[in-house]
Amino acid sequence: MTAETQPAGLVADHLTCERGGRTLFAELCFAVAPGGALLLTGPNGSGKTSLMRVLSGLLPPRAGRVLWQGKDTAEEPAPWRRALAWLGHDNAIKPQLSVSENLAFWARLTPAARGVDEALEEVGIGHLADLPAAMLSAGQRRRLALARLGLTRGGCWLMDEPTVTLDTASLARLSAMIARHRADGGLAVIASHDALDLPGAQSLDLSGFAVAP
Amino acid sequence: MNAFLATIARDLRLATRRGGEAALTLGFFVVAITLFPFGVGPGPELLGRIAAGIIWVTALLAATVSFDRLFRADMEDGTLELLALQPLPLELVVLAKAIAHWLMTGLAVTLLAPLMGLMLNLPGDAYLPLIAGLLIGTPSLSLLGGVGAALVLGARRGGALIGLLVLPLFLPALIFGVSAVEAVLIGMPLAPHLLILAALLAVALPVGAFGGAAALRLALE
Amino acid sequence: MPSFLHSLASPARFQRIANAIMPWAVLLTVGLIGTGVVWGLAFSPPDYQQGDTVRVMYIHVPAAWMAMACYAVMALLSASFLIWKHQLADLAARACAPIGACFTAVALITGSLWGKPTWGTWWVWDARLTSVLILFFLYLGYMALAAAFDDRERGGRAAAILACVGAINLPIIKYSVEWWNTLHQGASVFRMDGPTIDNAMLWPLVLTGIGFNALFVVLLLVRIKSELLARRIEVLQRARAAGRS
Repeated sequence: MTAETQPAGLVADHLTCERGGRTLFAELCFAVAPGGALLLTGPNGSGKTSLMRVLSGLLPPRAGRVLWQGKDTAEEPAPWRRALAWLGHDNAIKPQLSVSENLAFWARLTPAARGVDEALEEVGIGHLADLPAAMLSAGQRRRLALARLGLTRGGCWLMDEPTVTLDTASLARLSAMIARHRADGGLAVIASHDALDLPGAQSLDLSGFAVAP
Repeated sequence: MNAFLATIARDLRLATRRGGEAALTLGFFVVAITLFPFGVGPGPELLGRIAAGIIWVTALLAATVSFDRLFRADMEDGTLELLALQPLPLELVVLAKAIAHWLMTGLAVTLLAPLMGLMLNLPGDAYLPLIAGLLIGTPSLSLLGGVGAALVLGARRGGALIGLLVLPLFLPALIFGVSAVEAVLIGMPLAPHLLILAALLAVALPVGAFGGAAALRLALE
Repeated sequence: MPSFLHSLASPARFQRIANAIMPWAVLLTVGLIGTGVVWGLAFSPPDYQQGDTVRVMYIHVPAAWMAMACYAVMALLSASFLIWKHQLADLAARACAPIGACFTAVALITGSLWGKPTWGTWWVWDARLTSVLILFFLYLGYMALAAAFDDRERGGRAAAILACVGAINLPIIKYSVEWWNTLHQGASVFRMDGPTIDNAMLWPLVLTGIGFNALFVVLLLVRIKSELLARRIEVLQRARAAGRS
């Protein structure tokens, strides 16, 4: 699969990533079309997080390109940044701000398509909107971080271990949220240990791309 | 523009909620200035002669101790990587954070400087050039200091390092800030000194924005 | 490991070039500094005001020149490392820093030694000495930052950004200090370089000056070569560690 045959969506074109002198993966290629999803698996240290950071643009790859709608994201970062919604390990929550203030800030920074209240309802913490974020439990904090992705419509979600600290009910809500996002024409790349209900998703085991040192 | 202002507003709101961001810097500023009469003696003549220098040097030191907080909290809770992935260019994020930092430190110090001048027996004519100089000079401290703060993000013992990195860069602002006061006291025009401070700010703007953004990108890799 | 071969390719070329330059640079260093120092100490005339004290100049002035030049080279290498991401530029820039710091220290120490008989004190806030002191601080900051990272490449890039920021600010600092100096001291202050310098004094100065440049090249090449070897050792050790696991 190359950029020429699959221009829409997200394409990884022969990505090679090196961290601390060690090659984590080499010549990695995949494509995710709008409405699609990709589940990244692999043991710890296989480079899931590094791949997510390479896709986002935070970490420049050793070689290869990341294409969004057929355009190199390193050369034209603007459309990619507008489409991208990132969920990292850390929740980026300020305990001093209220739940809705936390989310409202990101809504002003990204072209938000949906309201703050709507996004909070979707992850099931709408009733906590006016509480200081410091009061939230670990699972509620993760849901607040997920609500940030819920602000967007379409585009690409990059989710690194989204299920961490989530309970069963929240897992089901997350699956529904991803399904809604895909139905809206968005796509998602998800690195997760947990089994998420992702109908029709591709799956990629990163241990297959490891390079013997 | 909306996103830029939102970033400034968020930093200011966080600082007020945390309580004491500005108060901490001001506290350092006042306490450090209070040390000088003990060090050089309380003679009003000597103090009056070196008052402007004391205030400027202490303002630089107060700014320096505040830089470590500029990016570190955002780095640790994942906010910084998100900010780097927003449509707003990282250079503007750095500028926004520098502006918020200046409002809480540089501006606060400037507003408190007349009171310190009073305690140090600063001559009456010296207040205007001191305040004007601080007002134009301290923003470049926030900008250059931001580069230092961003550079030490991934480093060990980062906080202690910042002073060594940025204090030499503050020298021109110190020289022209103090000379503005001295010029007025000997009857020379004030404007050239303020213009030079403004020129220093004009250099610090791109250096701070591009240098700071480059350093942040490095820290986020 | 294609990336490893790629990184080795140009260091190998560097080694060849360095080996070719080295003997000539050593010869120039020894010859020029030797001649210049002997000429300066024994055969050049004493200053009509300062007497034999002026002979400090033959070390002090070239050291001060090199202190500045070294920072300029370091900043250029840093900028090219940031732009083209060439590892050798990073290596060379970092190798520059301690050399420059040493030239700066030599300039400060000889300046102080010169100051004692001339001004009567070990330290005077003279414009030149003060700018060299600030330059020394900039070198210290650069080296401290480069060493403060666990990951060497990150340290190199952070330090490279600092070197570029420093290079933009250095002229501003230098002129500010000069301006500050003229404001606070009368015109009667003795200037280290009079506007006129006798040829009998100029020649040894030129010789040591060029000799210091050659010395810089020698030291730089030695440092880069040893750093390259250190990295090779690290790569081999890492390969061994990986083989064991």
